[in-house]
Amino acid sequence: MIAIKDLSVKYRGKEEEILALDKFSINICKGDIYTFIGPSGCGKSTLLHVLSGIMKDYSGSVSIDGQAINPKTQRIGLILQNYGLLPWKNVYQNTMLGVKIKNGNELSDDYSKYILKNLAIDNLLDRYPKELSGGQQQRVAIARAFAMKPDLLLMDEPFSALDAITREEMQELFLNIWKHNSVTTVFITHSVDEALYLGRKIVVLSASPGRVLEVLDNPCFNLDNLRFRDEYYSMSMKLRKIVSKG
Amino acid sequence: MIKLLSKEKWQGTLYSFVIVIIFWQAAAMIVNLPIVPSPGFVFLNIMEIFSSKIQIHVLYSLLRIMEGIAISILIGVPLGFLMGYFNKVDRLLSPLIYFTYPVPKIALLPVVMLLFGLGEASKLIMIILIIVFQIIITSRDAVKAIPDETFRSLKSLGATKVQMFTEIIFPASLSEVLTATRLALGTAVSILFFTETFGTEYGMGYFIMDSWMRVNYLDMYAGIVVLSFMGFCIFTLIDIAENYFCSWR
Repeated sequence: MIAIKDLSVKYRGKEEEILALDKFSINICKGDIYTFIGPSGCGKSTLLHVLSGIMKDYSGSVSIDGQAINPKTQRIGLILQNYGLLPWKNVYQNTMLGVKIKNGNELSDDYSKYILKNLAIDNLLDRYPKELSGGQQQRVAIARAFAMKPDLLLMDEPFSALDAITREEMQELFLNIWKHNSVTTVFITHSVDEALYLGRKIVVLSASPGRVLEVLDNPCFNLDNLRFRDEYYSMSMKLRKIVSKG
Repeated sequence: MIKLLSKEKWQGTLYSFVIVIIFWQAAAMIVNLPIVPSPGFVFLNIMEIFSSKIQIHVLYSLLRIMEGIAISILIGVPLGFLMGYFNKVDRLLSPLIYFTYPVPKIALLPVVMLLFGLGEASKLIMIILIIVFQIIITSRDAVKAIPDETFRSLKSLGATKVQMFTEIIFPASLSEVLTATRLALGTAVSILFFTETFGTEYGMGYFIMDSWMRVNYLDMYAGIVVLSFMGFCIFTLIDIAENYFCSWR
């Protein structure tokens, strides 16, 4: 379980300090997927930076299974909007980067081969990121996160740079892999549709400074043909109302 | 197999060579004095005297350049990387670098000669003194230009500082470092020439100046052509290295 209690983060702006997160508290259950939705500038990315151990300057407590955040001991998979691939590494080396840093070598095992195959990038191993489409690059980023068997998966609007068709493909592909390898996941999005499609729980955040407005159980999660159903429509309306009120 | 030098590149080299020869020939015909001999005679002369007279000088000069550049890289790149990655190091060293970079190092030649003698050491030190700054500053700026996001995903993987250097900083700035080396090379050749005019009997600088003193213009031009060909070869080597190591670009 990830326990976040009274997390506050301040940025030092030009003139005054800006409060990005204000007494932010939530418990995230192990093996579950949470989508976080909120207006832009509500501190969603700040939250991910804290969870991934990039940002250490905060007050309050954040722990994974009772231990403080430390990327050196925990396995944290981070998937960013701009993919975060290293341009001088080919698909294979990028995928195995997490494994290499954690285990000291980049030899692939059956699991990483299975992930590469599932994401249909096992035929692109020698390519460099600039030779890939946006969707393919994002698949590599996902492969990298899964291949290291993370304790926690953090996703910061990973599909928002993709075109609509590729985006839906990627959401489906991601969900498929996730179902077979249930990793505790924090998925940040600004799209109501994505929050409904991917989140078992949906966390609605307030405008700046970010607070938790509401945590909803999502009845739409894992339904077939979700986007054509009434549940989807009513849940979508409900969510939109909360978001716009916040 | 990566194609190291494309057909276009070889053709380009050939064209520029032909153009230089044409201008040179034209100049020789217009001036019509022994001080500007025609290229044909010079090339014939090179073939005649290369193995007997020039070869040893080429080897000496090549060695000095390679040593100078290698030592400058060994000093400059790590220093630049540290300055680029750790702001504290940068704040400490940048003023020092900015302060000493513009000092005309040739002005220090008498001091260097007095302290290190007339031999190899002072020649090397002069080359290093002049080119190391370009390498330090380019390496530092290359590291500073790497976007924060690139470091973030590695940080979240729990990478150590050493891994930051091996996985990101080194590959990301290699291309800029090679560019700095190219720039430094041009400078190094001209300093080399200068330092080889004293305290040695070997080196292309010595050979060219010596031929000039002996009013042997054919030998002098042979020396100049060989020197520029030497530079061309090293430039091409760096290009090949860049094509090989930075093929991801």
